[in-house]
Formats: sequence, structure tokens, C-alpha cells
Amino acid sequence: MSKARASLTRTSLVHLALISYAIISVFPVFLTLINSMKDRNAIFRNPMQLPSPKTFDLVGYYTVLGQGDFATYFQNSFIVTVAAIALVLLFGAMAAFALSEYRFRGNTLMGLYLAIGIMIPIRLGTVAILQGMVATGLVNTLTALILVYTAQGIPLAVFILSEFMRTVSDDLKNAGRIDGLSEYSIFFRLVLPLVRPAMATVAVFTMIPIWNDLWFPLILAPSEATKTVTLGSQIFIGQFVTNWNAVLAALSLAIFPVLVLYLVFSRQLIRGITSGAVK
Amino acid sequence: MSNTPSTHDATGPIIKRPTRWHIVVFLLPAFIVYSAVMILPLIETLRLSLFNTVDGQSTFVGLGNFKVLFGDERWAHDFWNALKNNFIFFVIHMLVQNPMGVALAAMLSLPKLRFASFYRTAIFLPTLLSFVIVGFIWKLILSPIWGVSPFLMDLVGLKSLFSPWLGKPGSALIAVSLISVWQYVGIPMMLIYAALLNIPEEVIEAAECDGVTGWSQFWKIKLPLILPAIGIISILTFVGNFNAFDLVYTVQGALAGPDGSTDILGTLLYRTFFGFQLQLGDRSMGATIATVMFLIILAGVSLYLFVIQRRMRRYQF
Repeated sequence: MSKARASLTRTSLVHLALISYAIISVFPVFLTLINSMKDRNAIFRNPMQLPSPKTFDLVGYYTVLGQGDFATYFQNSFIVTVAAIALVLLFGAMAAFALSEYRFRGNTLMGLYLAIGIMIPIRLGTVAILQGMVATGLVNTLTALILVYTAQGIPLAVFILSEFMRTVSDDLKNAGRIDGLSEYSIFFRLVLPLVRPAMATVAVFTMIPIWNDLWFPLILAPSEATKTVTLGSQIFIGQFVTNWNAVLAALSLAIFPVLVLYLVFSRQLIRGITSGAVK
Repeated sequence: MSNTPSTHDATGPIIKRPTRWHIVVFLLPAFIVYSAVMILPLIETLRLSLFNTVDGQSTFVGLGNFKVLFGDERWAHDFWNALKNNFIFFVIHMLVQNPMGVALAAMLSLPKLRFASFYRTAIFLPTLLSFVIVGFIWKLILSPIWGVSPFLMDLVGLKSLFSPWLGKPGSALIAVSLISVWQYVGIPMMLIYAALLNIPEEVIEAAECDGVTGWSQFWKIKLPLILPAIGIISILTFVGNFNAFDLVYTVQGALAGPDGSTDILGTLLYRTFFGFQLQLGDRSMGATIATVMFLIILAGVSLYLFVIQRRMRRYQF
């Protein structure tokens, strides 16, 4: 009897701790979202209150959408992220297939070479990357960002995907070979469809740092036409520091797509992390 | 590279095969992009750190740049300050973020815990937000102008303890570190959570049969089993911290104020390479700082790979 009560106390304490921390995690985001929809007075007088019909005001959003070029920023971020993920998945999967499927001289060496980038951040080469981009005339183009993010994503993609490709049955591939499929068709038609779950995991892991990166957009593509959402909101907020409505609205606009994507894909993401992609 | 026979016929006689071009085709795109955009620039940056402009010409100066960085009055102060701050930044992460991640994971992995997936989703949310969002939200919340923090602290009766932490040299670095911890605690939590789920039922049952439950079960059975995962999160934290830039930049600006008290190697590199306000950009010194960061990260990673990971006992189930 007393044991059951002790465990009940313990469970409630655990729930209490987890709820408190969950609130700490979500509260700042929630606070930003509710205040972005209030008028200036209400933001300061009652920051904790939900917007009521009396205090509801979208003036911040009008300022943001009227002043900043957020549509272009979103478009840039979208193009860069999608193109980089597509290249990382294609090139990464091809290299992973070569490393896991064939024995050839230099296989291990190539694997190690590609693994360096998992631990050493690409940022440390910025000085020479900028030089190279200037030399090739790629500064202030989205291509520069796509190239950098592709290079950044390849190491982890090769690592995770080759682990998964080792599990694809050899019999299946050999059956394909007997049926006269070329090595290319074996890769594209047999192996790729089978590792699709792993590709999804890699895509999520690759996407987050690209979408959120501030360093490379700031250095390689700071022009108005190539700003990403992250850089765009950073600069916009910097200019409108005193206009709280606009700042809160810009923050909410930047949070919104991430929030929606996360709520849709959180199950997949968490399963990807916990399924032992990193062991 | 591809002239050796494949192992598919390892048992048969060794036949000389024609070059297997498909291997080259599969490897080439990744190899080219990765080498051209990552490895070569990295090597070039390391090389540039040995050169400086003398009389308008790029000249080999050996370790001269490093001597200036470590010893010259103008540079050394900034550099050692940034290095010290970076180290404190890392220590705070190790002391707060990782133990908290372990604690949260331990609670989440309790069997038959209700709402576990809700907690997981909520606690992992900040990790997905960009530094810009996180930095500004916390700047607003901690701002004395808005008054959210004093109001909240009043609720628990601690209003008198409030001060504009981000604006004071003594507390700014701790405040920024804790914001970073808030954002990233989800990563150690998830990795440890995965490691805890991988512990087989039988081990736990055996422990329970021997009367090892609750706290002592965690300390004596589970913790030793998740040590490898703790090793991985430590090295990830190390690399991430010594490469950090974005959060300090969004919260405190490129000058990493107040009075350089939140300056870390990443912001120092940015200011040195690109220049800021009155300071002109300096490519050679930028490359030198990047090289020092590279060596620090390399030392940490090697220590982990060759010493810590080898000594760690791994249990096979």
C-alpha cells in the first residue's frame, strides 16, 4: 500500500518536472505569437494576456509585409534549402552506394576522407570559400549558398545512408544483375526506393541547419535579392528595434513555417533520431 | 582505384576486370563538391594563416601571425578574452545542458509514462528555431523595458533579484550561455533517450530481481550503459560551442558587448575577417583565428576518438 503511494508521488513529481520544463520551452514562443497580434499599449501593459477583441491589432504584420520583402526572402530560403537537400540526397546516396556496395582500393580511405566533414565544421574554411566565390563570380548568388550547404550536408548523409544500404539484401541486387540491370538501374530502381526512410531522416537533419543558418547568407549572399529568411528577419528586426509590433510580427512570421512543419513531421523526426541514426 | 577484382568472386580465380567506371561515376559528384567547397578552402585557409601582406605583397611569414595573435598587445587581449569566454561558454553547456538532457531523458523513458510524446515534442521545439528567433525572443523577455521577466519573477517572489542580465558585463556571458542551453537541451535529451530505450528489458528485469530499483538502478545500471552516448553529446557540444557565432551575434551584436564580455572565437573571427565599424577586415589574421579554432576542435575530436572512445567500455547485447 505504502509502496503504491510512494510510486504515485514519484510519478506526479516526474510529471511536475516535465510539465515545468515543457512550459519553459514553449512559453517564449507562445508569448511572441500572442503579443504579435495585440496593439502597442496592450503589449506593454499586459504582456501575458491573450489578445481580446479590444486589444486585437495586426498593425505589426502590415508593417512587416509592407516594408520588408519577406516574400522574396521566403522564396530564397525555400530554393536554397530544397536544392541543397536534393543535391545532398542524390550525391550522398550515390557515394554511399559506391562505398557500401563495391570493394575497391581506397574504399576505406575515401570513407574516412568523407567523414572528416562530420566533425570539422565547414565554417572554418570561410576565408578561402569567400575568396573562391569572389574568383568565380558567385558572390551574392543563391548558387554559392547551395554549393556550400551541399558540401556541408554530404558527410553525414554518406555516413547514415551507407549504414542503411549495407542492410539491403545482396540477393535482390544480384537477381537484378542476372536480369541484366545495369549498376545504375540497380541503384536507382532497386536500392533507392528501399532506403527511402533513411533518406527522410537525412533530409530532416540537413534541412534544419540550412534553413536556420545566418553565417553564410551574411557572408556570401547579403544582397537584397538573395537574402534568406533568417538573414532578412535579422536585418529587419535590427532596423525596427523600437517598433515592437513589427519586431514581434516578424518573429512570428519566421517561427510560423518551422512550427507548422515541426507539428506535421515531429513524429518522423523523433523516430529518425531515436531509431539509432547516431550510434 | 577500380582495377582490383571485386569480392563477389573472391572464391574464384582472380580475373583482371576492366575499370569499373560506375564506381567513379557514383563517387565523383560528392567527391568534387565536397573537395572543392569544403576541404580545399579549409587547407587554403590553413595556408593563408602563414602569410601576411608586407608592403602590399603577400609574403610568407611563418608563424608570425600566431605570434602577433598570442602576444601583440592589440590582438592578444581580444584573443585571450574570446578564448576564455568560449571556454566558459563550453563549461556552462557541459554543466547545465548535458546533465539536464540526461535528467529529462531519464524521466521521459520511465515505462508507462503518459503524455511522453507531448513532452518530447514541446522540449525539442526550441532546437528547431533559428538563432535569430531565439536571440530576439530572449532579448525581449529579458528586457527591463517590457517587464515580462520582473513580472514572472514577482509571481515566485523573486522580483528583487531581477536585473538586466544581458546588459551587465558580469552576467551577460552566463545569460547568453543559458539561452543557448535552453535552445539546445533537446539534442542531448533525444540522444540519451534513444540510448536508454536501447537498454534491453532483461537487464532491467535482472536488476529488479536483485532489488536494484529507482535511483540506484539509474546510477548503477543505466548510467554506465549510456556513457558512450554521453561521450558523443560531449564532443558534439564541444565542436558546436567552439564554432558558435550566431546566437551571440543576434543577441549582443558583432561587438559581443557589453565591453566584449560575450566575445567568443566565432564573433572574433567575424570581426577580424570582415571588419566592423572602424576596424578594417584582415584576411590573414582571419585565417589565423580560423586555424586556431581548427586546431582546438581537432585536438578535442582527437582526444575523444583516440583516448576517451577507446577507453570506454561498450556493452554488447
